[in-house]
Amino acid sequence: MNPKAPMNASRPLLEVNGLKKHFPLKSGLFGGKKGYVYAVDGVTFAIDKGETLSLVGESGCGKSTVGKAILRLIEPTAGEVFLAGERIDNIPISQLRPMRRRIQVVFQDPFSSLNPRQRVRDIIAEPIVNFGLAANGSELDDRVAELMDKVQLPRDAMKRFPHEFSGGQRQRVGIARALAPGSDIIICDEAVSALDVSVKAQIVNLLSDLQDELGLSLLFISHDLAIVEHLTHRVAVMYLGKIVELADRRTLFATPHHPYTKALLSAVPVPDPTAKRQRIILHGDVPSPINPPSGCRFHTRCPFVFDRCRSEEPQLRRVAGGQMSACHLDEVPDVAVIPKAA
Amino acid sequence: MALLEVENLQTHFATLDGVVRAVEGLSFKIDAGETVAIVGESGCGKSVTSMSILRLIQEPPGKIAGKINFRGRNLLDLPDVEMRKIRGKDISMIFQEPMTSLNPVLTVGRQIGETVRLHEGLTAQEAEKRGIEMLGLVGIPAPERRVKEYPHQLSGGMRQRVMIAMALACNPKLLIADEPTTALDVTIQAQILDLMRDLKTRVGAAIMLITHDLGVVAEMAERVVVMYAGRKVEEATAVQIFGNPQHPYTRGLLGAVPKLGSSLQGHGRTKLTEIQGQVPSLRQRIVGCAFASRCPIVTDVCRQVAPAVEAKTPGHYVACHYAERAVAA
Repeated sequence: MNPKAPMNASRPLLEVNGLKKHFPLKSGLFGGKKGYVYAVDGVTFAIDKGETLSLVGESGCGKSTVGKAILRLIEPTAGEVFLAGERIDNIPISQLRPMRRRIQVVFQDPFSSLNPRQRVRDIIAEPIVNFGLAANGSELDDRVAELMDKVQLPRDAMKRFPHEFSGGQRQRVGIARALAPGSDIIICDEAVSALDVSVKAQIVNLLSDLQDELGLSLLFISHDLAIVEHLTHRVAVMYLGKIVELADRRTLFATPHHPYTKALLSAVPVPDPTAKRQRIILHGDVPSPINPPSGCRFHTRCPFVFDRCRSEEPQLRRVAGGQMSACHLDEVPDVAVIPKAA
Repeated sequence: MALLEVENLQTHFATLDGVVRAVEGLSFKIDAGETVAIVGESGCGKSVTSMSILRLIQEPPGKIAGKINFRGRNLLDLPDVEMRKIRGKDISMIFQEPMTSLNPVLTVGRQIGETVRLHEGLTAQEAEKRGIEMLGLVGIPAPERRVKEYPHQLSGGMRQRVMIAMALACNPKLLIADEPTTALDVTIQAQILDLMRDLKTRVGAAIMLITHDLGVVAEMAERVVVMYAGRKVEEATAVQIFGNPQHPYTRGLLGAVPKLGSSLQGHGRTKLTEIQGQVPSLRQRIVGCAFASRCPIVTDVCRQVAPAVEAKTPGHYVACHYAERAVAA
């Protein structure tokens, strides 16, 4: 997308273009550069208003780094990020505040992401005070109470400290804090991963309800495909710093295209002992992002690897099923199967 | 006779805030060569159960009561010397976090060798040979080289394979696997589960699998024990538990688990079943049914009288006053 193009209302709420984050590796006492960890290496996607996009992948694929780079909790190495048409990846930190009002985050661990010395009321009130969104004390109290109702926390929780709550309730506090400044988009970085099954369901349902009610956009970063399926509109599958497949929910879960997506889906244990499934077991481990494989990054574990995969990197492009996929294999059936008329 | 028979196990911990009743009257059996899963959410007492069986609970503050009969002997009556002969030999354990349960300053070969040297009196050379054999068995490439490496040189999946190699080195009769794949990625989890299934048929050990992941249970277990607040609420074969769950908690748990591919049937996003409320505190003595405060079909009886674990059909045990009604609801 052209960054100089005029702003218009039809642009997605959040756009990420060719985002890269390379962490320098230092060695020795004087910190000479030894190389880079290619944590995120050219990631492009967009999220519309009211939409949920999920970033899925295994540990070390760079999904959390994408979230942090968008929030500028770490500085991206390259690429562009637009919020409502406005570029936010290169503006000075001092001008970031308006953007931070609009993008909020919910972290994985509800035990370490809340200040243990603050009462719940103060935790939720802080963003409102910070952005000067309440005219006086009573308006602030009303706003906090309203947020607590939204996340279904009892009002008497206000005066209590985070340690007095269970994991699920703490996560509700975290969500209320993220909603407090009237944000447009919330980045949920493994927001339900640390929770127990029954509580996880409560929080997932809460996020869906809030989205419907407030028209929120969500960037849902998770490794749990079954959870993702329940609340997402679209899914981006990441592997070693790249998106290998991007599709709407139905297409991805019904007809996955990329061999990695297929393996990932087939590896998820299904809670049904009578289910008979063809399982694809990938051999070996994920290679190191310090020295990613040549060509297609998945070629070391791909069951369908051929010569071209080792030398040439496949580009993310639209394939027959309608989704975006980065695999050389897709070209073969494309040419052979699709009739000229299509 | 069952390989392991746990009878009315009670593991309590004395804390400053009072006694925590982590396990309260748990009974179950494991037959030789059988895979039994113990399922439940955090704090339900499933890990404490496994620690109690191996007597890894520090006493005090812990206190274990009841009976743990392993091949006819009550483990709770054994002197420490005898217990040490059982740990790692007849009963071995795989822990959740392979990084923290391996010793970072010893080679993996030395760590696998330790158990066989202690239990089988092998020499250092023989132990290393066994180490290489075991690493090969658990599918680690180039075991001759890996045996001399340290845990930090291995990936998470490889470390878990080393843990399994250690646990199986003395041909145990019972393998306790406490959340063996929770710390691993799904594709690695698939590898490890596949390995465990394969090894089970080759080694013939019974497995007690402790997990909160119902997907893993469905893939591995023959029989399932569902725990809630330190108690057994339901026990049946895996097919019965997933096909015909009787206890409201089991039903709630199964409903709360998102199933992959379930969105393909309906339109739009689907809602997950929630279990309202929170797990009760284990510090107070629970009167009546432990699940009463969250149960959708609770009545006054439930709040006053704790339901006994009863066989509803042969082999299907449920602790609920309204097990049949739960099915109709």
